[in-house]
Amino acid sequence: MNTSSLFSPKTEISRGLYIGLSISSVVAVLLVWCLLTYGGYMPPDFLATPVEVLRAGVEQVGDLSLFGHMGSSLTVILSGFLLASVLAVPLGILMGSFRAVQALLEPITGFMRYIPVSALIPLLILWVGIGIEQKVMVIFLGTFFQQLILISDVSARVSKDLIDCAYTLGASRGQVVWRILLPACMPGVMDNLRVTMGWAWTYLVVAELVAANSGLGYMILNAMRGLFTDVILLGVFTIGILGLMTDFLFKWLRQRLLPWSADF
Amino acid sequence: MSLLSIQDVTVRFEPKGKPVVLALDNVSLNVEHNTFSVIVGPSGCGKSTLLRLVAGLETPTSGRLDLDGKPILGPSADRGMVFQSYTLFPWLTVRENVMFGPKLKGLPKSEYEDIADRFIAAVHLKGFEKSYPKELSGGMRQRVALARALANDPRILLMDEPFGALDSQTRQLMQELLLEIWQEQRKTVLFITHDIDEAVFLGDEVHVMSARPGRFKKTLSIDIGRPRGIDVLTSPAFMEYKREILSLMHDEALRAQMA
Repeated sequence: MNTSSLFSPKTEISRGLYIGLSISSVVAVLLVWCLLTYGGYMPPDFLATPVEVLRAGVEQVGDLSLFGHMGSSLTVILSGFLLASVLAVPLGILMGSFRAVQALLEPITGFMRYIPVSALIPLLILWVGIGIEQKVMVIFLGTFFQQLILISDVSARVSKDLIDCAYTLGASRGQVVWRILLPACMPGVMDNLRVTMGWAWTYLVVAELVAANSGLGYMILNAMRGLFTDVILLGVFTIGILGLMTDFLFKWLRQRLLPWSADF
Repeated sequence: MSLLSIQDVTVRFEPKGKPVVLALDNVSLNVEHNTFSVIVGPSGCGKSTLLRLVAGLETPTSGRLDLDGKPILGPSADRGMVFQSYTLFPWLTVRENVMFGPKLKGLPKSEYEDIADRFIAAVHLKGFEKSYPKELSGGMRQRVALARALANDPRILLMDEPFGALDSQTRQLMQELLLEIWQEQRKTVLFITHDIDEAVFLGDEVHVMSARPGRFKKTLSIDIGRPRGIDVLTSPAFMEYKREILSLMHDEALRAQMA
């Protein structure tokens, strides 16, 4: 039996083949899309054709409205995400390495992470209104508790020997936290920020569900009323591309900021 | 007065819902200035626990430990340690790792840089100052760990099976390197291993420990001249010490299996 063929698990393939397969999967989806629309299998009200989506895109780029929507959405997402990260990173690191902090935070975190953010929207409207604060809070609540759990896990996995070793080199408790625990957590923190950034994008439509007048989520919801499937798809693609870009940004940042770290 | 004195130390672990473990039972040991002492014993005999007590990373259930006549109350720079696991700080370069202790002490920059370069040279790693630990082999990492511990100029160097994770060729080379450095510095060393060859090759004194609960069975003074090279490993004297420790350890290994 050949254990290094295309069909054996954990076998490397050539770069050319890899890229070829990647492109062919995208092309396959495009082909199915063309077939469904131009072949007349799907009515235009259900699924716009690729050319219609492209045309909607050109139009919205031309009058700059797409950039307006992108701007609003990015403001909401980045504000919510940054707010969550600024709090979750230090708290998570403490939670994973100090039993007392863990005891304080774990019950609330464990409970809150299972609450769908959409279930909290009515309360959010009552408490913070229907302005941008409410949208930022949706992103915040959607990411903060997940980040807390993930980062506390990173902190808990920091090797005890590394900390003991610092003590035997004369480090104080404070120095152990700042000079050992913190840098040791950084690769894991970056990885989890990247993952939760992806989740933040998935909350966008939920965030822009209430009283929005701009944003990609709003654009999609608004287009639904007129069955403008071309605009809906344009919004979906824009979110996908922006999400992909933030993902690359995080990958790049990790390589730049943490060149010492073993796995990318 | 001995540099390190361990008196009647007992360590009992009482994990919840599990039987009590007596890791060390009334253990006493003195380590003299400028000697190379080795503790050898079967795995699980509590020898690592003993070293962690000396480092101040754990506290005994009863008994006392003194360094220079002063009780050991917690970890401190006067007791440096080399661990079996790789404990270089991955975000620091080789040079920054070695400078870590001297820098914490507040030495001036020129001084701690000099110290770092001297000890990097001593472990034959010149040219790797700017490398990160992930770029080094296991043997190289342990050499840096040794340099880092020595650069801090501790009163005693504690070594917890530091070469245990290395392949046997690298391990032999590391033992020779350690002896070479020790020959110059004469730093007091307390070294722990389960490898009998390593114990006899390195030590002035070899303390043989019994299986759990850990006690000292016998102390041998290794009367083999220094500097020691690999030819020592096949000498009759070496074989004789090895035979004696082997038979002591064999009984213990059997006892540990039965327990």
